[in-house]
Amino acid sequence: MADKYNAETIITETQKRISNAFDVFDHESNKTVDVREIGTIIRSLGCFPSEAELHDIIAELEEEEPTGFVRYEKFLPTMTKILLERKFRPIPEDLLLQAFEVLDQKKKGHLEPEELTKYLTQEGEPFTQEEMDEMLSAAVDPDKNVILYKDFVSMMTFDDIR
Amino acid sequence: MRAALLIQRWYRQYAARLEMRRRCSWNIFQSIEYSGQQDHIKLYNFFGYLMDHFTSASSQRNLVSQMFRESDAFQDVEWEKQFCYKDIEVPDVYAGPHLSFPLTISNVTELVDAFKNKQKLHARYVLQLLGKTWTLLRLMPNISHVCTCKHKEITICGDLHGHLEDLLLVFYKNGFPSAETPYVFNGDFVDRGKESMEILLVLFAFLLLYPHDVHLNRGNHEDHIVNLRYGFTKEVLGKYQVHGKMILKLLQKIFSCLPLATVIDQKVLILHGGISDKTDLNLIGKLDRQRFVSALRPLKRREASGRPKEAALDPDGDDDDDFSMGRRRVQSLTHGTPMRPRQELPRHSVHSGSGRTGRSVDEELRERRRLAGLSLSSDSELYSAEVQETDADEWKQIVDVLWSDPMSQNGCVPNEVRGGGCYWGPDVTQEVLDRHKLKLLIRSHECKQEGYEFCHNGRVVTIFSASNYYDVGSNRGAYIRLGPDLIPHFKLFQASRSTRELTLRQSVGRTERSALQALRMQLFAHKSALIREFQEYDPQCTGLISLKHWAMAVEKVLRLSLPWRVLRAQLVTSSTRDGMLNYHDWFNQLSVQPNTEIANASLLETLYKHHSNLESIFRMIDTDHSGLISFEEFHQTWKLLSSHLQTDISDKAIADLAESIDFNKDGSIDINEFMEAFRLVEQSRGEREEPPSPE
Repeated sequence: MADKYNAETIITETQKRISNAFDVFDHESNKTVDVREIGTIIRSLGCFPSEAELHDIIAELEEEEPTGFVRYEKFLPTMTKILLERKFRPIPEDLLLQAFEVLDQKKKGHLEPEELTKYLTQEGEPFTQEEMDEMLSAAVDPDKNVILYKDFVSMMTFDDIR
Repeated sequence: MRAALLIQRWYRQYAARLEMRRRCSWNIFQSIEYSGQQDHIKLYNFFGYLMDHFTSASSQRNLVSQMFRESDAFQDVEWEKQFCYKDIEVPDVYAGPHLSFPLTISNVTELVDAFKNKQKLHARYVLQLLGKTWTLLRLMPNISHVCTCKHKEITICGDLHGHLEDLLLVFYKNGFPSAETPYVFNGDFVDRGKESMEILLVLFAFLLLYPHDVHLNRGNHEDHIVNLRYGFTKEVLGKYQVHGKMILKLLQKIFSCLPLATVIDQKVLILHGGISDKTDLNLIGKLDRQRFVSALRPLKRREASGRPKEAALDPDGDDDDDFSMGRRRVQSLTHGTPMRPRQELPRHSVHSGSGRTGRSVDEELRERRRLAGLSLSSDSELYSAEVQETDADEWKQIVDVLWSDPMSQNGCVPNEVRGGGCYWGPDVTQEVLDRHKLKLLIRSHECKQEGYEFCHNGRVVTIFSASNYYDVGSNRGAYIRLGPDLIPHFKLFQASRSTRELTLRQSVGRTERSALQALRMQLFAHKSALIREFQEYDPQCTGLISLKHWAMAVEKVLRLSLPWRVLRAQLVTSSTRDGMLNYHDWFNQLSVQPNTEIANASLLETLYKHHSNLESIFRMIDTDHSGLISFEEFHQTWKLLSSHLQTDISDKAIADLAESIDFNKDGSIDINEFMEAFRLVEQSRGEREEPPSPE
């Protein structure tokens, strides 16, 4: 039996995944998506770019005269390359945990909502209020009103496996 | 700081995946909803089929004539006597609100409070309220003109669909209707949600209280035939077992009296569905809207004189050259411009239309009925061609207003998906609005995730006020505040305490599970077609197909354009070996289980596939709304339906079917029981549920 997993198959499979994801946001069925949805599409395909990296990708994808839309013909090769080169790989769970531990300077084992909010809305690539609220709603333990980040991380990465 | 960056990067990816899942669920619901609406066309086809194929067997003839009986032949005066509430006594034990007329504001607030506490208004007051509403509405013009008078802000609400909680939320946030707080309600008050009756009563009460400040536009669901299918009829009959039929009859009149549009400051047009390239507000303003009872029934004749003759059907009526009796495939309920090639149509148009009808179905039905002797007046005078054409034009104007949807491409094409109205493009918006010197079109009719959405360069906005329409957490509702500057301001909301308590992740999960369950039911309902398709890919009958072929087969059979490869992960949970799926096993594991046991698999499948149509048809047969149809009628309907569908269902199978349901009475069938028996329920995984043990 022929080797199913030759390079060609992988490329075709990859491109189909990209096409499906693209179609979800192609509301007018004309092979274009709103440029503001590109981040969602790329991330939903399993990539973890930073905002800055996303910015660069979008700049590459936009037309010379920005229309606010990205065409599939441009998106496909760019995205295929990203996936095949395995750029923007997922963050391993232990690394994520370490990041939380760094923020937990007093080594309490948990973080206060205000603490986390301060870090995430002021440092790095700051969250918007909406993003922060959403994260808190999932992260804060309702009884203790703190973020048990160890549990939080395992819960969220479990979702990954789905 | 690197740690913060890492966390942010990770979380944003997670949020994006959630968004993708939410969007997919949304698409699933929309696809299924729109494809379900194509059943409308099927139903219409079925009526056409009946007209063509009934035999001279008396039972069948009576059945069909019963379904098409022109039941509102009386003059309005006679109907008022029919709807008299005066003899209905309110017992002392009744704990609900008592209304006195003319209504006062305390009456109405008492009514609202009663509904909040899940109380029911007594039938006497219902009929009284409805009667007064009918009297008032008859006096109103087809198009209401409203003025902001340089200082008032007007509030505009979209579809409510029986979601009383949403209406109350709007009143809570925005205030009750009053002279200072005028409202426009843009149709679709009923169906789907469980408190449609309460919504109507509240809206009508406010209308009676403030007739100049409350404006109601008709929606496509303010239509008694649509109500048969989408739940309102059932709700009313369930809540008012003695007087429900009368209430429904009166509502039928009220619906046809509802105005069709509202115009604010002569600049902003508000109507339920939309427009077409032929929309002419002058024409709409002048027509007699009360003749238009339902989108699925032809227009009443202009001069209704006396009672109808007893229907003497003549199936072999003489064919005129102009009117061929051959059954035509109905594509849409209005004249269509030639269909565009498929790829140009909006996403949710599932069928590739082939051919066009020679003339509108309305005309056809009318002609057949005339030939069959079902006309109203005793003389057999022919409609003049001119009158017919005016009728057809007026009918199209109304259907377009109530059923159309916007599209992004230019042009105007028939709306195949809904079965009525058009898809209209930005060029049509510009032309129609400019022609009437209007600035903005506010419409409803389509559910939007944030409750509202602009299109056509900001000249059209959709406003939708039923939150959690598909399921808890699926969407917000919204309403518009419009001041003298005529710039819309949007207020969003979402009903249900449980939504607010759910995290984003949980509410997406819930909606997703609902959507997937709905999909599984669709798969189950198409089992034999799917198996046939799978077998095309499995010529050696190994029982296995590749996942790729699975996706292709499913897309072909279901004809729902969804990302099947993405969904595959959740729909195919059985294990695959070397990427091959055992499709028989897969069906068994679909976790969809019928409520009863029926040996005949094809019968079962037909039942599920045509579930909603069946209900509509049965309810139409049950003309006295008793909830019961005779065994004969049941049998006849079934035979007609099965021959129309070209499925082979033997008399024995129907008899077995009847037996499997617990008929307790003398050959009559309780419609509700029948439909309930065939609702698909989710098979409980793992353990059987233990019945509660008595303590």
